[in-house]
Amino acid sequence: MVRFVVNTDRERREMMDSIGIESIEELFKDIDEEIVLRRPLKLRHSLSEQELLDELRGISERNADANGYARFLGAGAYDHFIPSLVPHLTGRSEFYTSYTPYQAEISQGILQAIYEFQSFICQLTGMDVANASMYDGASALAEAAVMASNVSKRREVVVSSTIHPEYREVVRTYAEAHGLEVKEIGWDDGATSVSEAANATSERTAAVLVQNPNFFGIVEELSEMERIVHGKGALLVACVVEPTSLGLLKPPGEFGADIVAGEGQGLGNGINFGGPHLGFLAARQAFLQKMPGRLVGMTADTRGRRCFIMTLQAREQHVRREKATSNVCTNQALNALAATIFLAALGKGGFTRLSNLNAQKARYLRVRILELKGFEPVFSRPFYNEFVVKCPVDPAIINERLEGYGIIGGLPLRRHYGGLGWSWLLCATERDTKSDIDRLVDALRGIAG
Amino acid sequence: MKLIFELSVRGREGASLPKLDVPERELGIPDAQLRGDVPLPEVSEVDVVRHYTALSKMNFGVDSGFYPLGSCTMKYSPKVNEAIASLSGFTSVHPYQSEGLSQGCLQILHELSADLAEITGMDAFTLQPAAGAQGELVGLMMAKAYFRKRGERRTKVLVPDSAHGTNPASAVVCGYEVVELPSDSRGGVDMSELKDKATGDVAALMLTNPNTLGLFEEKIIEISEIVHENGGLMYCDGANMNAILGVARPGDMGFDITHLNLHKTFSAPHGGGGPGSGPVGVKAPLEPFLPRPTIQRDGERYILNYDRPDSIGRVKAFYGNFAVLVKAYAYIRALGPDGLKEVAENAVLNANYLMHRLKGAYELPYDRTCKHEFVLSGVKQLAHGVHTIDIAKRIIDYGFHPPTIYFPLIVKEALMIEPTETEGKETLDAFADAMLQIAEEAVRDPDLLKAAPKTAPVTRPDALTAARRPNLRWRMADDRPE
Repeated sequence: MVRFVVNTDRERREMMDSIGIESIEELFKDIDEEIVLRRPLKLRHSLSEQELLDELRGISERNADANGYARFLGAGAYDHFIPSLVPHLTGRSEFYTSYTPYQAEISQGILQAIYEFQSFICQLTGMDVANASMYDGASALAEAAVMASNVSKRREVVVSSTIHPEYREVVRTYAEAHGLEVKEIGWDDGATSVSEAANATSERTAAVLVQNPNFFGIVEELSEMERIVHGKGALLVACVVEPTSLGLLKPPGEFGADIVAGEGQGLGNGINFGGPHLGFLAARQAFLQKMPGRLVGMTADTRGRRCFIMTLQAREQHVRREKATSNVCTNQALNALAATIFLAALGKGGFTRLSNLNAQKARYLRVRILELKGFEPVFSRPFYNEFVVKCPVDPAIINERLEGYGIIGGLPLRRHYGGLGWSWLLCATERDTKSDIDRLVDALRGIAG
Repeated sequence: MKLIFELSVRGREGASLPKLDVPERELGIPDAQLRGDVPLPEVSEVDVVRHYTALSKMNFGVDSGFYPLGSCTMKYSPKVNEAIASLSGFTSVHPYQSEGLSQGCLQILHELSADLAEITGMDAFTLQPAAGAQGELVGLMMAKAYFRKRGERRTKVLVPDSAHGTNPASAVVCGYEVVELPSDSRGGVDMSELKDKATGDVAALMLTNPNTLGLFEEKIIEISEIVHENGGLMYCDGANMNAILGVARPGDMGFDITHLNLHKTFSAPHGGGGPGSGPVGVKAPLEPFLPRPTIQRDGERYILNYDRPDSIGRVKAFYGNFAVLVKAYAYIRALGPDGLKEVAENAVLNANYLMHRLKGAYELPYDRTCKHEFVLSGVKQLAHGVHTIDIAKRIIDYGFHPPTIYFPLIVKEALMIEPTETEGKETLDAFADAMLQIAEEAVRDPDLLKAAPKTAPVTRPDALTAARRPNLRWRMADDRPE
């Protein structure tokens, strides 16, 4: 049996003698008899480490992993290569077995890493300040909507329907709790409709939320959106779900975004069946005091040496309780560390090349698929590493068939966008080789040809 | 220490990428949508490895030493769990690949939900929340949806003055008015105050049990009855579940909603501040309101059920922090029913032993059997001009992580100590000896404490300047404001 308790019976006896008790049960006498559990928990029996590892490996093999399959699925969780140094360094137990750095003097490692993370997010997004991470992109976007409402003192948010459907659902759930009204607007050739945005935005609008590249992979026209939004005194909230796009695309800050909320999984973090990923939230300097989450600042110690500390905590729940800007406490620090290490390792040249590889692979994939009979483009606008095609048969059926070829296909859009019929959202990253892509095209010819 | 940006040397690279193996095409993205150089540092792989290795050496984790941070359950995280969570059959599974290709992950989620329900005495669980605070929010959203469905309008949430800061913050985020409930002289809920305040407009009482003083709410049955008689719900902040695993269950105490912190009780490492996981369990009447999707078993297959018309929606993309969930699953499977109960017994024994050793030298405001943690007050030391923060900083010089300090708010100069079950008697004794020594130093040489720590990588940071002139990011030299 695995035991992680340390003391022997003899040591326990010594401790009980010292306290002056006969048995450990005495320590639980303050629990009313009526609610003491009088039976063992109905759980499976304990396992040795070897048995445990064998059992769990067996369960993991009931999944199909990316190593056995070529995969063309993105939609908010992206297959990017993770350099070996990332898990090596995040696996340093001084990092991963510590907690929130309340004691700065012995937490300089994680504090400086978070400061660097905040800096990286600012550099990538073109914003002034970023926090120490959020749970994920979806909840970061929801917190951004709430923050925009707090800043503007307005109660309505306009949400583009080209935002990831699950992100919109999270925004609606948070909006419901906060009593905010949500208005959704449609698209025009796959990008947020400028005319609908103009009609929906008014003096009551706290913020307009736009994802770039959007859920269809399309690069949005943020400059027009900025004029509309700021013309009504509302805030422009830009959402970035595929962070490697920021190696290529103009950052939201340069388009005048007021808040940028996003997902950082693509930066050195595994897909992990959807989590843990990491959210980020960046804003203009003016909104600093309204930001949710933790912030790390640089300062000096009593001897004048550079050091780091959690700061501006007067915004936070453990100080302000019911007056806090949000209830966030534990965040995704280790995932933020992974993103920091990833960005450091790729650096200026590597990160740009990574983005370019993604865009190029996706273009090759799109060109090849559109050569096939019956596959048609759905939108004509520029895209990053995802795009939508219309299939000659139900893409859910195509996906089933592809499994037999060792391929995981894209996302059928019908569940989230009924009007798009047999549309299929495909993604290519640097992980997909030319031969993977050619294999997919050959398989599709066999299935749908 | 230099920042990674300050190590940059033009032309260096720290990662290799595959060559482009497809014909290069025009991107077709207008120039107005493209950026110039990405302002990232240029460093080699070894530069990155040395930099972050050096940073790790300036950090103290559970593997470095004793970490009695109260309310955070800083127990040892078994290494096998890291190995399991790193299996490629878990790490690279895409949340949208077909259910048929994800049966292993869905099985973990389904069985973990059932195990947590049994451990807490609840009927159904959601594993979606990413942390305890998000779990609180989900729990309160479900309470709100439950009352709306019943056509009741309840606007208040009762929160004891000893509660975690997240409790009132979550209640406000959920649109509730917070009514604070004072504690009585034994550290429990003041019953007469409760009777006054548990009115018909109260949606829920949020209670941590054992509470943040490490004390079991002795009148929990009566408390539940009072709240229920007024139509309210009982919400359990399960942050302190480590004390009662296999001994007592929130569901049997009358709680209707319970969240757990898997990074506390169930051994998932704390990650320098996350990722955590905050599953929420409910009794059957609240089950329809759980976030979407739920994971169900259909014969031999596990499926995702999105058809949940009364669901509060979702608070996170996908299904939860899976890699954290799998560690909790492995921990429960490793220990089994007896092992889990042993965890609680040893956590409580360790805490009582340490409390017994320290209660003479330090004020113990609530002197009764504690559960997994206890709270001392630094008032005796205050008489010598020494504050709790000075005691905490001096503890660092003895090689330990300090306890939680200045919390709960109802104890003056509080020191909240949680040893956990994964510490041996000799560690507890070494810590107690250091604390007793510090109590003597407080009398003999208060300045020694005020100048602490001396052995850490840095001395005390200037927090005032950090807050008054926030420096929250690096900027390139030519990019810095004048």
